[in-house]
Amino acid sequence: MAERCGIVGIGQTKHDSKRLDVSMVGLVREAALRALEDAELTWKDIDAVVIGKAPDLFEGVMMPELYLADALGGAYKPMLRVHTAGSVGGSTGIVAASLVEAGVHDRVLAVAFEKQSESNAMWALSIAMPFSVATVAGAGGFFAPLIRGYMRRSGAPEDTGIRVAVKDRLNALKNPYAHLHMEDISFDLVAASPMLWDPVRYLETCPSSDGACAMVFASEKLAEQTQTPPAWVHATAMRSEPTMFSGRDQVMPQASLDNAKALYKQAGITNPRKEIDCAEMYVPFSWFEPMWCEGMLFAEPNEGWKMTYEGATALDGDLPVNMSGGVLSSNPIGASGLLRFAEAALQVRGQAGEHQVDGARKALGHAYGGGSQYFSTWIVSSDKP
Amino acid sequence: MSESEERKPVEVLRTPVVLDYTYSAGQSSSRHLRAFGKGKLLGQRCPVDGRVYFPSRGSCPQHGVPIEGEPVELPDRGTIVTYSVNRVPSENIDLELPYAAIQVLLDGADTILFHVLGESSIDDVHMGMRVEAVWKPEEEWDDSVANIRYFRPTGEPDTPFDQYKEHI
Ligand SMILES: [Zn+2]
Repeated sequence: MAERCGIVGIGQTKHDSKRLDVSMVGLVREAALRALEDAELTWKDIDAVVIGKAPDLFEGVMMPELYLADALGGAYKPMLRVHTAGSVGGSTGIVAASLVEAGVHDRVLAVAFEKQSESNAMWALSIAMPFSVATVAGAGGFFAPLIRGYMRRSGAPEDTGIRVAVKDRLNALKNPYAHLHMEDISFDLVAASPMLWDPVRYLETCPSSDGACAMVFASEKLAEQTQTPPAWVHATAMRSEPTMFSGRDQVMPQASLDNAKALYKQAGITNPRKEIDCAEMYVPFSWFEPMWCEGMLFAEPNEGWKMTYEGATALDGDLPVNMSGGVLSSNPIGASGLLRFAEAALQVRGQAGEHQVDGARKALGHAYGGGSQYFSTWIVSSDKP
Repeated sequence: MSESEERKPVEVLRTPVVLDYTYSAGQSSSRHLRAFGKGKLLGQRCPVDGRVYFPSRGSCPQHGVPIEGEPVELPDRGTIVTYSVNRVPSENIDLELPYAAIQVLLDGADTILFHVLGESSIDDVHMGMRVEAVWKPEEEWDDSVANIRYFRPTGEPDTPFDQYKEHI
């Protein structure tokens, strides 16, 4: 990494099942304007715009980066579109940070969004391949067999997923932007909710949300000038692997482990469980919390569930996970990765409000996508790298 | 239109998109699909590690090399390595709910096949279960994986977990 990069502005929309009060344009502007306001900047201060969202097929709007360019102040400026399936929000943040770190631009706006109410993700993710038998219904249909594989391998107690679902929804009650605010959330409520893709219950599944997230990245000199101290980018990593090959570990993909190792090496972290104060990870189905606790090397293989069980991942635990309520409480797919990265930055800037982890100085943002085959992560800190 | 209706904003406008596309299967998949049309299951070996890819394909995704060797004929039976019971409707899926979406490791293959379980209660489906293909009547065959209607339990003893765990 050549230049230092600081996050100086963070904004997000209120996430909801149907944001009928705004168009796609209005949705992304709401997040972008909040990020600019937080950074005490205006559109003219931005050198380049990076936009990310999930497949165009979701809303059926081809090349939204063109359609949204003017709304995001992109006219006559460099504008880039990023796409890496569900991890796209994370990759969008990484591309924006890289432009600053490489010394190409001084201030970059990153925006990611999804307007699921105008789309049919379930349909778009269940397109039948020619000459095949379509059996995989949506993301849940794909991930449920992997979750079953994890349960079998780890021998984790069957209620691990229920505990994650309750914890994340309780955290969401502290986050005014979260889509789900379930005052009545409880172990029994989750346990009694119907199996959608057995072994995944309805309340162990993410909602379908409209929402956007935006962040402003600045070079060192400019980042130092802000009222609220920036979140400094210490490390970023991305890895991918093929969806299917013989002997592929679908539950714990090599790309996830390689990504974690590369990230920690860059950040100078040798004991992630100890050195990281809190982690916001991409958990669209509750069982992915223990799985990614292992995938990010916080726990030994097949022991991630113990962190959930022992309360380590609770807001008052030794490594809080998904303080914002996570993907389980808000899922505007394209934005979900950037929201994870934004929450990590909010935490180290002390801006997380009621879900602030006391004294958080170093945080992980994590996203994954496709068939568990794309990984994007970063480490941000209140201290300069 | 009344005045109040005129002022009501358009919130959502449904504009369905229809996509028709021509699919070129390629040499390797074509051979595999034509074999299906004759009731045969053809896999192919990766030249690097000798693992049998089924369905056969033109290249190994792991090693990035062409898979060009002689096809390997496989039996139409195998083991369920993992599965889920789906209770969620989807416009694209023509199966009655609930159904068990299974990942089958055919005997002699080193990759999994996505299919569906039949002639079994969904309460009985489990990892390690031995299954065999039930084919559609021959006159309904096409060059398609769908020539197999579903897999059904064979009643054989389960395959031990250690023998298929690397395929999950
Ligand atoms: Zn190979």
